[in-house]
Amino acid sequence: MTAPLLQVQALHKSYVLDGVTIQALRDINLEVEPGEFVTIMGPSGSGKSTLMHILGCLDVPDAGSYRLQDQDVTRLGSDHLAALRNREIGFVFQNFNLLPRTSALENVETPLIYAGVGRVERRQRARAALERMGLGERLYHLPNQLSGGQAQRVAIARALVTRPSLLLADEPTGNVDTATSAEIMNLLNGLNRQDGLTIVLITHEQEVAEHAGRRLFLRDGQLEAHP
Amino acid sequence: MNAYTALQLAMRALWRNKTRAMLTTLGVVIGVGSVIAMLGIGSGAQQRIAEQLERLGTNNLMIRPGSVTHGGVRTGAGGKNTLTLADANAIAELPGVLAVAPSVRINQQVRYRGSNWGTNIEGVTPDYAIVRNWPLADGEFISRNHVRSASHVCVLGQTVARELFGLRNPLGESIIIKSLPCQVIGVLVEKGASAWGSDRDDAVFAPLTTVQRKLKGITHIETIELSAGDRADVFRLLKDIKQLLRQRHRLTGDQDDDFIIYNQAEMAQTSEESARVFTWLLGSIASISLLVGGIGIMNIMLVSVTERTREIGIRMALGARRRDILWQFLLEALVLSTTGGVLGVFIGLAGALSVTHFSELPVSVTPGSVLIAFLFAGLVGVFFGLHPARKAARLRPIEALRYE
Repeated sequence: MTAPLLQVQALHKSYVLDGVTIQALRDINLEVEPGEFVTIMGPSGSGKSTLMHILGCLDVPDAGSYRLQDQDVTRLGSDHLAALRNREIGFVFQNFNLLPRTSALENVETPLIYAGVGRVERRQRARAALERMGLGERLYHLPNQLSGGQAQRVAIARALVTRPSLLLADEPTGNVDTATSAEIMNLLNGLNRQDGLTIVLITHEQEVAEHAGRRLFLRDGQLEAHP
Repeated sequence: MNAYTALQLAMRALWRNKTRAMLTTLGVVIGVGSVIAMLGIGSGAQQRIAEQLERLGTNNLMIRPGSVTHGGVRTGAGGKNTLTLADANAIAELPGVLAVAPSVRINQQVRYRGSNWGTNIEGVTPDYAIVRNWPLADGEFISRNHVRSASHVCVLGQTVARELFGLRNPLGESIIIKSLPCQVIGVLVEKGASAWGSDRDDAVFAPLTTVQRKLKGITHIETIELSAGDRADVFRLLKDIKQLLRQRHRLTGDQDDDFIIYNQAEMAQTSEESARVFTWLLGSIASISLLVGGIGIMNIMLVSVTERTREIGIRMALGARRRDILWQFLLEALVLSTTGGVLGVFIGLAGALSVTHFSELPVSVTPGSVLIAFLFAGLVGVFFGLHPARKAARLRPIEALRYE
């Protein structure tokens, strides 16, 4: 049996907002095997984003352990976390988070710059990633010249260009219409089935969650199997 | 991430805000330009003063007898008859003395045929031409032989030559001083007015002994001028001469000096000092504008960090380390300031050149001042870029990502 890709045990996280301490996550336990497609659902304020940030190595938990690719993430310094984000994790955000006034190609190149990939190879890989997303004609378009669906596909290309082991998607369909939403979910499903890409997706939409293999529910900072 | 890629990132970010980048650079351009132009004008003025002092003979000392008191009436400088030719010869033996010119002076009418002219007759030795750094236009100067034999010869200043002879050549002619016929053996070049406004060309030079014995009837010396080989020797000589003359004049501890030593080097030093201060003043005023340019960079970079907080968050999510972010912003500031530096050097040179072209002011731009201004611009970039860059690098990824 293979080791889990990520393993979270007894994870706690609280933060202080306007002087009030909020228990965002309480005793979270989660294992994700390579090749899984997991959705985490929950109403707003349930701690989804906090969990997403910790899984994405953008934040560290107060207590508990988080192992990614058999590395204890909670012990790593900021440089190692940056390297881990760069190599192992691809992010897809609700609002795309493309670099403004920067072409699609340069956006996709950016993680490769921080990975230390040379200029020629960088160009080539970024172009290939965009072509795979059907954006071969949009290489030099700026984010504001792209439709929502196109922008999200650029973001997916950027997330995948470093060949990460985990794709973290935070409400990837939150800012697009229904047709585009279905298109994006099909795309993610295809990546999961054909390429064996491990995906953890956070959403509050029932229909989106239905695409996934395993569904979890986050309520008041605690994780439950979906009823 | 290597340096080249980092630089590329910085350039691209600046390019996205061309107008802003150009305006920010302008502050540094003006700063560096004015530093270079001002330092150029300052050191040009310094050079001109140095040249003028050189012509004035800054290595010179002048010794005159002190004042005498007769029943409460003091005569003023030169009243005593204490200086002698022997004093002058003794001074000439001191180390560091290049030339010694003892002299006496009398105001007399000089006549040539129908015209006459009232002027100073200076009794001098051959060293006078060396001390005064005064070349001949024609003929020869007073020689040792002339002094030894108190010859009836003279050398004319340009003014006297013009007044008595007009356009005729005075060489070989005889002029009459008081009642003494003297043959003109040389004419000096035009020297112009002295620093105090008197016409230095309005004089006739004759052998020291001739003026002493035949025109004044005295045996003492009125003035001793001397040249030190090196400016650095002047102040030591000042002390040595004082000691020598006190000894020769048998002055005891509590007696006042019976001579006065005038020091032109002191005046030269003052002028040079004020020129240096002038340069520093101009330079520091200009530096302030460079400083203001630097603050402009900091201001823009701080705005930029706030404005691009989200971008910083995205870059961190994509794997940028803190130092990658730090370098990007620091390099942006550096590119702004060094571009400003390069352009400023050209503007400064152009400014300095146009000052020389349109005014009498000499301007000297040294490679040193260009280098200093340029390095200073780079330093301004680092200094004022570091704070915003660190601010950017310290952002927490999730907060930066959430920033609206």
